[in-house]
Amino acid sequence: MATYKNIRYNIPIGGGSSEVLLSEITASSDSTISFTSDINSTYKEYLFRYVNLHPSADNKTFLFNLSADGGSNYNVTKTTTHWRGIHGESDSPATFNYNAGDDMAQGTGFQNLYGGSGGDNDQCICGEFRLFNPSSTTFVKHFFGTSQGAHSDNYSINNYVGGYANTTSAINAIQFKFDSANIDTGTISMYGIN
Amino acid sequence: MATYSAIAHNFTPPAATTSTQVGAGAMTLIKSITASGDGTVSFVNGSSDVVLDSTYKTYIFKYIDIHPSASNPEFQVGFRDGGSLYDATKTTTYFNTYHNEDEGVDPGTAVGYNGDSDLAQSTGFQTIIQDLGNDNDQAGSGQLWLFNPSNTTFVKHFFGRSQNAHGGDYTQDIYYGGYCNVTAAIDAVQFKFSTGNIDSGTIKMYGIA
Repeated sequence: MATYKNIRYNIPIGGGSSEVLLSEITASSDSTISFTSDINSTYKEYLFRYVNLHPSADNKTFLFNLSADGGSNYNVTKTTTHWRGIHGESDSPATFNYNAGDDMAQGTGFQNLYGGSGGDNDQCICGEFRLFNPSSTTFVKHFFGTSQGAHSDNYSINNYVGGYANTTSAINAIQFKFDSANIDTGTISMYGIN
Repeated sequence: MATYSAIAHNFTPPAATTSTQVGAGAMTLIKSITASGDGTVSFVNGSSDVVLDSTYKTYIFKYIDIHPSASNPEFQVGFRDGGSLYDATKTTTYFNTYHNEDEGVDPGTAVGYNGDSDLAQSTGFQTIIQDLGNDNDQAGSGQLWLFNPSNTTFVKHFFGRSQNAHGGDYTQDIYYGGYCNVTAAIDAVQFKFSTGNIDSGTIKMYGIA
């Protein structure tokens, strides 16, 4: 009788989809949301999609940081860019700018993904964040993300963040949070990209 | 003939979490529509196999090689929040960068905010490509994300990115985003040009678990 040790597929695992859902966390007044497993060499790209995140207080910044020790410490050194389009419901302001106050130059703190999230009952933020090849021990770890949200001043802000974790250590955990507020509601899903 | 009761995989399945979809392919093609001289292309929940409800939290529309019948129209999107009109109130941003095929022509390159293509509490359609060229070889492509359209608590966020051949022979890279400032569910999305028809092109709608 034949013994099969290895079966090779000519389709991506996961039903043919390029995105494979690895984990999903629904917030309920949580101070942080962390993914501390499944970030490894299985995928070359990881996608985090956040939907309808609502802060427990008005005008809060949504942040992330990375960990190289399984989530014991979120303090990886980063250099980043941060730019955005802003448009008020009153038609002012209407602008596009680089936001030097929210970028990082070799900082180890949490990186701003969206500043000034509104806390009105109907306000929230959504977006995507991509982390490339986190298990590499040769290169820095690149990431970029796009957030769209309702700002506390009743602006629509479309925010772009990019950068790299300036380390050759493998990244194996990520944490999201609002500054000094809870994540009242919302969902963050982690996908591996085939 | 041999019968195999179990097949071992040479990969590690992901750990179980709260979602029944974990480990499954997350992106599902719901509908693909190829335009042919159409005034509009619409995706309506419950019609023609379209699902645009709480089945998925995120929807992505990919528009590929959209070619207009008219010269330099705006390619636009509208959202339906009840009734038959695509008139959900929106506040949006729109910024872009471009580069002229002829660098000697002014303006050759630029990046900036485009106040002609944003909306402030408007019920009109949102421009997602401005001044799309209609030379035979010109077209525009891109994708639009729409988050949790069936939610009745929050505004409905969307953003997208387009790349096109401008009527003035520029390459344009466009970023837009905004929210439908309504708590009513969005149950249909429509694409059209500000003038003329969609001569050709394909729009694909995906649901993301």
